[in-house]
Amino acid sequence: MSDINKTAFIAALHRILPAHAVLSSTEDLHPYECDGLSVYRALPLAVCLPETVDQVREILQACHQEKVPVVARGAGTGLSGGALPLTDGVVLSLAKFMRILEIDPLNRTARVQPGVRNLAISQAVAPYGLYYAPDPSSQIACTIGGNVAENSGGVHCLKYGLTVHNVLGLKVLTIAGELLEIGGGALDSSGYDLLALMTGSEGLLGLIVEVTVKLLPKPESAQVVLAAFDDVGKAGQAVGDIIAAGIIPAGLEMMDGLTIRAVEDFIHAGYPVNAAAILLCELDGVAEEVSEQITRVGEILKQAGAIEIRTSRDEQERIKLWAGRKAAFPAMGRISPDYYCMDGTIPRKHLPAVLKRIAALSAEYNLPVANVFHAGDGNLHPLILYDANTPGVLQRTEEFGVKILELCLEMGGTITGEHGVGIEKLGQMCTQFSALELLQFHAIKHAFDPLALLNPGKAVPTLKRCAEFGAMHVHGGKTTFSELERF
Amino acid sequence: MNVTLAHTASKENSPSASDNDLSASLQSKVLACMASRSPIQIVGGNSKAFYGRAPQGERLSVLEHRGIVSYEPTELVITARAGTRLIDIEKVLAERGQMLSFEPPHFSNSAQPDVVSTTTFGGAIATGLSGPCRPYAGSTRDFVLGAKVLTGKGEILKFGGQVMKNVAGFDVARLMTGSLGTLGVLLEISLKVLPRHEAEKTLVFACDAQEAIQRMNIWAGLPIPLSGTTFDGGKLYVRLSGSAAAVRTARTKLGGELLTADADYWRSMRDHTAQFFQDASPLWRISMPAASAQLGLKGSWLLEWGGAQRWLKTSLPGNIIREQVARAGGHATLFRGGDRHSDIFHSLTPALAALHHRLKAAFDPYGILNPGRMYADY
Repeated sequence: MSDINKTAFIAALHRILPAHAVLSSTEDLHPYECDGLSVYRALPLAVCLPETVDQVREILQACHQEKVPVVARGAGTGLSGGALPLTDGVVLSLAKFMRILEIDPLNRTARVQPGVRNLAISQAVAPYGLYYAPDPSSQIACTIGGNVAENSGGVHCLKYGLTVHNVLGLKVLTIAGELLEIGGGALDSSGYDLLALMTGSEGLLGLIVEVTVKLLPKPESAQVVLAAFDDVGKAGQAVGDIIAAGIIPAGLEMMDGLTIRAVEDFIHAGYPVNAAAILLCELDGVAEEVSEQITRVGEILKQAGAIEIRTSRDEQERIKLWAGRKAAFPAMGRISPDYYCMDGTIPRKHLPAVLKRIAALSAEYNLPVANVFHAGDGNLHPLILYDANTPGVLQRTEEFGVKILELCLEMGGTITGEHGVGIEKLGQMCTQFSALELLQFHAIKHAFDPLALLNPGKAVPTLKRCAEFGAMHVHGGKTTFSELERF
Repeated sequence: MNVTLAHTASKENSPSASDNDLSASLQSKVLACMASRSPIQIVGGNSKAFYGRAPQGERLSVLEHRGIVSYEPTELVITARAGTRLIDIEKVLAERGQMLSFEPPHFSNSAQPDVVSTTTFGGAIATGLSGPCRPYAGSTRDFVLGAKVLTGKGEILKFGGQVMKNVAGFDVARLMTGSLGTLGVLLEISLKVLPRHEAEKTLVFACDAQEAIQRMNIWAGLPIPLSGTTFDGGKLYVRLSGSAAAVRTARTKLGGELLTADADYWRSMRDHTAQFFQDASPLWRISMPAASAQLGLKGSWLLEWGGAQRWLKTSLPGNIIREQVARAGGHATLFRGGDRHSDIFHSLTPALAALHHRLKAAFDPYGILNPGRMYADY
């Protein structure tokens, strides 16, 4: 877009929105230059802060007409660069859509605007004994619209599911400004499962303007067991043993020695600092059931070789044990100038092998790694510690990260469990999926957004990009893409 | 990619014919039909032939494409080919104390011991129907982790995977669930499985429909291990499943009479072998917000899923039913009987219908896969 057109376009945005709701000066744009993955930064053409669905529709229609790309943004807490602005595009912030529209305690649903914070939903419905289950660690800040776009998880996914399992309905605007009502108050709807397709679509298919979430009754009782191990492999084995015993914990988290010590220095949760790994296993349900299961889990952990086992005796102790886990990322920020958070999933049984390989890579790249993860569902979050001020180290860190993701794939897992592909993992998408599969994703996008204006270039790489990444697999001297047109 | 076969016990015990990969031959059949633009009707065990609009086109059987590809109890994941019989999967899981939590219906008269259920794994996923525990444990699609599909372009594509958390790429595996074979032929599906419940009890209460709706929904908002609720013939049936302690506590809390032979009762609900369903009149499935008041439509009613799934036997015209149901925020399906060439599924808004068309074209540009099975025009 030429400068003259830019000016005209921004003037058009001003006709839709009040002056304070269109940002276009460099100074005003800076707060929007990145999301939670701050190594990628760009300034957009403009940032729009609409307050009504009609305004969103008009902005989309204007962008559609002028072929200006649109990047939707919630709280900007995403960790894969999904909300990274496009230099010739508009950032459409849904931050002002903060209203809880309806709480229906008997149907156990809440209808909310996309900018409502995750935790705010649970807080609003608490008087009815209900809560919204998915709890990403950013839940104080992240918004439900962003949660749907990323299919966010959290620590309670094994038992209570991801966002896709806890959303009943969406109102979505297409790039052409058409309103799609997908699902609603019933448990299903006629036609294709567009709710599943929209969830985790990273802003590529439509703009979410309303969400109906499912609410669950708060468990009567919850207790946490902490088990310390002198060997990471034993801790990994214990995870499988608990599941094999037919127990589905509400949460099952693991931290390695480096993390334990950083966390302990930071918030003094009372973690055993000499352990090589700890497991935190939360059980919930009726009081009698929980105490029975706590005993069983304790025995399993002892069998698995735990050197220390502690059980929360009351709610205060439970919160204290979790506080360490929740502070794991900020604790890393205290011991390292920068860290790079990875997010892959592997079949649980490979945990010990994968941890060993990550340790070997850590030595090879001479970069420390702290491992924090949702062990129950095999979702790893290795944190690579680095100092961005050291020349060349960022590139080495990213290379190391790619190796970890490739390791996850090699083990039969995936390159992202809950943080999304965004801009970050486009290269690894070329490894995880074949050219035909990527083309199928593009065909789906085309069905929603034929001009490719919604968050283009994110989440699904073009084949051309895959070729540039050099991520294609070579078989017998021929690339898998050789027969395909490059575009 | 090679998939490890961790569970071999069932294979050792069964004939080698139970493991059979027909992907290549199914692919060449689809490619041939694509070339001649001939419609295909995908057939598994044919236990749900009654469902959807009347099938048309040449039959493509996936029945011989079968076998459990991998099953690892500690990973809580099973992967099997579409033609694998559902009872075989359930058996293998039961041997390791696990189950399919969404209780997929068989609809093959499984209540009679001499009748073997023909229902296939692929058919269960393609129809996406779930049993009595659906509102409490989740639906078929909730448990789908990955799928290998053969599109209308003759391409074999894999989406999702075998791990619990996976957000790489659009969620095509779940999109396939319930799409009635109109987007692709399911070849292989990976599902999350869960441990079987330690205890199960069913309580019965005499009450009217309105009171039943109220109770089912109040109880669903409390920490009670509900796993099934029906209102049928003036009685409310409430199933509790979970740990022995949780079931015992809930039973004391709720009261009611204990139902004996309760497993049979819930199976008869799941598979429609209960008396209510033995009727030639058109059967409507109504899906609406659970706590909605009973609709004034004339006919016989049976309520399930806390009121979120309601069955209506009636000869009322479809448009009257759909108008009332839509006003209550739901949708109605002519589930069984009636004119199978009419609109079986609730119509979509113009915007959604157009999007469905474009999605269909994205997977099946020549419109050869189960054309007209879901909606008349594609």
